[in-house]
Amino acid sequence: MPVQMKKTREGFGHALAELGETNPNVVVLVGDLASSTMVHFFAQKFPQRFFQMGVAEQNMSNVAAGLSLTGKIPFFATYGAFAACRDLDMIRVTTCYSNLNVKIGGAHGGISVGPDGATHQALEEFAIMRSLPNMKVVCPCDYWETKKATLAIAEIWGPCYLRMGREDVPVVTDENTPFEFGKALVMREGKDLAIIGCGIMVYEALEAAEVLAREDRVEARVINMHTLKPLDEGIIIQAARDCGSLVTAEEHQIYGGLGAAVAQVTAWYHPVPVEMVAMWDRFGQSGKPEELLVAFGMKSTNIVEKARKALRRRDHRGNGK
Amino acid sequence: MANPYNLSILELKQKALEIRRDIITMLVPAKSGHTGGPLSFADVGTTLFFHELTFDPRHPKWEGRDMWFWSFGHVTPVHYSLLAEAGFFPKCDLLKFRQFDGHLQGHPSSLDTPGVEVSSGSLGQGLSIAVGAALGSRLDGHSRRIYALMSDGEQQEGAIWEAAMSAGHYKLDNLCGLIDYNQAQIDGRVEDIMGISPLADKYRAFRWHVIEVDGHNFEEILGALDEARHTKGKPTVILAHTIMGQGVSFMHDKYEWHGKPPTKEQAEKALAELGTTFDEWHNHLATSTEPAYPQKPAGVLA
Ligand SMILES: Cc1ncc(C[n+]2csc(CCOP(=O)(O)OP(=O)(O)O)c2C)c(N)n1
Repeated sequence: MPVQMKKTREGFGHALAELGETNPNVVVLVGDLASSTMVHFFAQKFPQRFFQMGVAEQNMSNVAAGLSLTGKIPFFATYGAFAACRDLDMIRVTTCYSNLNVKIGGAHGGISVGPDGATHQALEEFAIMRSLPNMKVVCPCDYWETKKATLAIAEIWGPCYLRMGREDVPVVTDENTPFEFGKALVMREGKDLAIIGCGIMVYEALEAAEVLAREDRVEARVINMHTLKPLDEGIIIQAARDCGSLVTAEEHQIYGGLGAAVAQVTAWYHPVPVEMVAMWDRFGQSGKPEELLVAFGMKSTNIVEKARKALRRRDHRGNGK
Repeated sequence: MANPYNLSILELKQKALEIRRDIITMLVPAKSGHTGGPLSFADVGTTLFFHELTFDPRHPKWEGRDMWFWSFGHVTPVHYSLLAEAGFFPKCDLLKFRQFDGHLQGHPSSLDTPGVEVSSGSLGQGLSIAVGAALGSRLDGHSRRIYALMSDGEQQEGAIWEAAMSAGHYKLDNLCGLIDYNQAQIDGRVEDIMGISPLADKYRAFRWHVIEVDGHNFEEILGALDEARHTKGKPTVILAHTIMGQGVSFMHDKYEWHGKPPTKEQAEKALAELGTTFDEWHNHLATSTEPAYPQKPAGVLA
């Protein structure tokens, strides 16, 4: 089956241009990365509501906060590495503490950023942003989902962080696939094991599920956890009950990301073995995106491996269902 | 203290030409990376590494070295070419730029590459680090000089001005800032994106000595570095007025060349203007498998 490839950040750019038409309060700010973050579509159509802020993320973050106080819905965009780290104090104290209506677009998330290397490969945003009270976090899996997520967060009150990638990635949903903020999406049914992924790892999870079905006769449920906060706890608990073991997959550091969030939920409500595919507490490096995903263990093959381990652990402890 | 090469102006011109050839050539196999800024900074960079800085490429951590910080991390093509030409590692390494099996990261990594004092790539951090190094060196009574290499776009970062304030406050005359004032950044011309002028007045107001030079004129650059060394009681910043893409006609003053590499065909055209061919220069780099050490390393001189 040939897969269509498209950039998630393009979905962000297209959605903002659409929001410009439908919502006069939407304004966009960027830190000298208009084409990279694809907010240039908005800038071309709505130059009055577009603010180029230069290479000054801390200022941009608080200018967005100020704009929100006048009833605007500001989206500010830069690379995730800078969006989540450079202006973190501003985001924490000004935007989150006062629960201001600021939306943050973080492009170039994940190791798949490629040749730019470690400085530009954002791998910590989930941990950072999830830990802030009032902040919401979304990591869509493809072009369509990013577009829908962008439209959705414009309608939701409060600070929200949207994580996007750099490269063309497989399109696994379509224009009509439902998207509900805060509600995960089952992409494939199964009762033997559940794989919970976000971002580009949803595609890898679907691939892994095919392999598991073919080679192990294991029917894996694949859950697309596009919203990392608030987390759809119900779907995790259900998966733990139905399947007895889970694998999580994310393009993020192992500490504080999706895997950690899922493990927290299972520990609270229904402890089962949870295996994790993630970046194992290291900085990335330069290389081709595919090369790096393989080298750092964030491919479908790694999910398959972890799935087998999760199943062994489950069976060893007596079918933990 | 002395630079291990100490080239004359004529030799500096030749070296800068070779640096530009390196930049263009290494960007082709990399298939990504920055071209415009590296070319604009090539002449100032060459003057630093082949006339001004004290270092020993055989011993990058030698105590007697000067310290320099690439605050604008993204210009790695010129950074790495200078390090390779100066003997920190073999020139053949340049052909592995940005590749998985090379050590030359897209943005400089101190744990991967000799001669990189501290990792960078997030703009606006280098001047603060330089202030710390200048304070520490002064505390030790060390005579080394500290250089902060910056771009004009990153002057928009607030952190630069916190650092500038502290350097002025502590009267750090062992500190010299250099700004590649090429008027270009990613989305356009600096004054259109977020105006930083009058930059000289700003630094003066922050208690710095300011020198403005044509960043492609070696006499002026040398003169400014000399003046900086002799300026006491305050830090000096050199605003090097440069041109993005300098040396290659079709990149000249075009901000569009900020962050893209030349294709093979564009590289051929550029290298023809720089007096060589892709094959010739690629072969030159590929066969340079030993570091090009200076005749008299500074460590021996000192
Ligand atoms: C903190 C931070 N924000 C944004 C970026 C992305 N970025 C890399 S280079 C650049 C533009 C810089 O322009 P300038 O520094 O003048 O470089 P030149 O175009 O002259 O090479 C930007 C915004 C970054 N590296 N770091």
